[in-house]
Amino acid sequence: MTDIKCKVLVIGAGPGGYVCAIRAGQLGLDTVVVDEARAGGTCLNIGCIPSKAMIHAADEFYKMTHAASGPLGISASAPTIDLKQTVAWKDGIVERLTGGVGGLLHKAGVKMVSGRARFVDGKTVVVKGADGDTQIRADYIVIATGSAPVELPFLPFGGAVMSSTEALSLTEVPKSLAVVGGGYIGLELGTVFAKLGSKVTIVEAEDRILPLYDKALTRPVHKRLEELGVTVMTGTKAQSHEASVLTTDAGDVEAERVLVTVGRRARTQGIGIDELSLTMNGPFIRIDKMCQTSMRGIYAIGDVTGEPMLAHRAMAQGEMVAEYLAGHSVEWDKRAIPAVCFTDPEIVTCGALPGENDGTKSAEFPFIANGRAMTTERDDGFIRVVWREADNAVVGLQGVGAGISELSAAFSLAIEMGACLEDIAATVHAHPTQSEGLQEACLKALGHALHI
Amino acid sequence: MGIYAIRLPDVGEGIAEAELTEWHVKPGDIVKEDDVLAAVMTDKAAVEVPSSVEGKVVELGGEIGDMLAIGSVLVRIEVDGDGNEDASAPEASKPTPAPKEDKPEPKPEPQAKAAEPARPLVKTSKPVARAKNTKPLAAPSVRARAREEGVDLRQVPGSGPGGRISHADLENWIASGGIQQGSVTRGKNTGVEEVRVVGMRRKIAEKMAISKRQIPHITIVEEIEMDALEDLRAALNRKYKDQRPKLTLLPFLMRAIVEAVREQPELNARYDDDEGIIYRHGGVHVGIATQTPNGLNVPVVHHAESGSLWDNASELTRLAEAARDGSIKRDELMGGTITITSLGALGAIATTPIINHPEVAIVGVNKLQMRPVWDGQQFQPCKMMNISCSFDHRVIDGWDAAVFVQKLKLLLETPAMLFVEG
Repeated sequence: MTDIKCKVLVIGAGPGGYVCAIRAGQLGLDTVVVDEARAGGTCLNIGCIPSKAMIHAADEFYKMTHAASGPLGISASAPTIDLKQTVAWKDGIVERLTGGVGGLLHKAGVKMVSGRARFVDGKTVVVKGADGDTQIRADYIVIATGSAPVELPFLPFGGAVMSSTEALSLTEVPKSLAVVGGGYIGLELGTVFAKLGSKVTIVEAEDRILPLYDKALTRPVHKRLEELGVTVMTGTKAQSHEASVLTTDAGDVEAERVLVTVGRRARTQGIGIDELSLTMNGPFIRIDKMCQTSMRGIYAIGDVTGEPMLAHRAMAQGEMVAEYLAGHSVEWDKRAIPAVCFTDPEIVTCGALPGENDGTKSAEFPFIANGRAMTTERDDGFIRVVWREADNAVVGLQGVGAGISELSAAFSLAIEMGACLEDIAATVHAHPTQSEGLQEACLKALGHALHI
Repeated sequence: MGIYAIRLPDVGEGIAEAELTEWHVKPGDIVKEDDVLAAVMTDKAAVEVPSSVEGKVVELGGEIGDMLAIGSVLVRIEVDGDGNEDASAPEASKPTPAPKEDKPEPKPEPQAKAAEPARPLVKTSKPVARAKNTKPLAAPSVRARAREEGVDLRQVPGSGPGGRISHADLENWIASGGIQQGSVTRGKNTGVEEVRVVGMRRKIAEKMAISKRQIPHITIVEEIEMDALEDLRAALNRKYKDQRPKLTLLPFLMRAIVEAVREQPELNARYDDDEGIIYRHGGVHVGIATQTPNGLNVPVVHHAESGSLWDNASELTRLAEAARDGSIKRDELMGGTITITSLGALGAIATTPIINHPEVAIVGVNKLQMRPVWDGQQFQPCKMMNISCSFDHRVIDGWDAAVFVQKLKLLLETPAMLFVEG
């Protein structure tokens, strides 16, 4: 067994872990990062990035197949898609990014150990790798083991029943696809296959899709799904799958394949966390505002610490923990964490929703009154501002609309900087862009919107 | 004439009461706006409460040591014009309802600010009205700076829309002595570095352990008036400038030791405690504790009794350099009969030197500094220096040790005696 000693050991090289390791390396801390797979974690390998690649491919294909029926006067002969090639292109992007992360870790002086980590005690971890075991002793250990798709006992993964991982590597477009779970992952991938030509059915147990978002935000998505020919069954429970038929309590659904996206669970098993008796917060590791767990010297970041399970939250936590370990004065004091659903149209939320806090009000500006939205044939959706009545401070920004994900930066910046309605209203927004909707929403909140 | 009640302001989020620690006024006093009325202490900080009006103090709201609820009346002041309560019916200090609920609406705050821009921002106990459980409006960089400075931003008045705190607001707050909560959240460094004790370090460790384990030390500290010696040293250095090596204090001290051990040969010795024999040496071989890059080294000036001041000075310099650059020979590190340890300007006022086993005495030199000395009529500025000497109490009695130290003192204070044949 090889023995390594280091200052900081990061378990998991996902977005939280690798950022933590890079920052720790930059700060001169002797850092080791362990992962059983390639650097980049779920996000780069089987999550955010590959799904965005597939969404893009499906969008392009859909545009071409539907160009002739559109108002633009474009006609095209029937395009086809070789999904195998699409997946290869997507894999190339993943390769490039994970390779890049490996390079960044190397540049920061971080040592990468390949294998599965298991705690021996609060300061020691044994990594079982292909080339034997490595024992690593560290002053500080950062748990960044992430999350994994939840499996349904009556729809175990395998065969025609897939998790998001398999769905991202399908080389043929299934004739029919049932998506069990109408959260953002299911809707993103369901939309992809609908656009690629599958007959898609969404089966959601709650009474509406994206149950964590409010109805106003999800309505344009629901409408678009209908336009795409997707059947949405809400309040419906899937039961079993056999011979291309998914049985539900509301009847049978044609499904050559089934995609189960009913949530993600924290990866806390199999790494010896139980023996450490860390205080848990339900299924997640409980952390304080410095991401410290109940055991001194052990930190946890990212999905393993609970919702919101978002790569950028994990990254920010990882960066903060590294700086904390280097003796910087930091703490988790973020005002808002933006979240994006890459559905069609996209949904962005940042900060408080209407009614979430007392003493707040909200105002919306619809894209139907936005010139730029019309010119892209996508005037569905709106931008909404939530503000505190007492001082007009902007406490929440949400929007739904095609391509609105890029506006998330404006949303989070405004809230993090402590902007008030007056600030955004008085900021010149470029014309013609969708971002004008942000300014207009604030103007509307102040009682003097110009374009509505 | 009216009565104006000044209430205990909200001195921090989540604090319901504060201890009255100091009154700066008493009934009958005339106070001006911004005069400090009282100081209160919360579990987080001490806070001074200024007056927001001008007038005569008519009533105090409590005794020192009382716990006052936030919002309760602290002082009643008789003011020109209308007060903020009915003078005829001063409410007996009835408990005020919970602090937060009855706070003014946050809205008026910016206007109040605008109306009195010249006011010093701080000391104000004017609560920065902010809705309960809301975080202060401030950019991330302002928040980071506040963390660095240990400032609780919730107490800093903000000048921006919605009370947003700018860098300038934070500057002002700190500059005017804003309350620092000491809540800097810096990471605890619980790391432990393992350093193996090897080579020179291990030798030093073993040697020190032997010395300290075997030898019961007695240490005597005495002060020495150094003006005469310093004058002599300066005069000699001036006279032989460029011709002879510059004299430090050490050659004189070596000379004094040579003189002193002439009368007390038991101090210039090596005690073989295994054999039970003390070897009293005729030659005075003075070890000089020297800091080198690898640690402590003790090169020995052999036969200090036979060298002149300058001989010893140059030998000392040569040995010290050789010790530092590692070229020193083994026999130059051995055979000492007594040791001097000096940290120069770092020499503190007293030390407890550890004897260089198997020697029996060590002379520690502390720093030279100007100190006032009572000459019978008045204090005189004198160049004073302490020496801290340790002795092996197995073979040296306290009496002998004291005699030796007094002899050194006499010789160093009257340096002529160093050179007069006795």
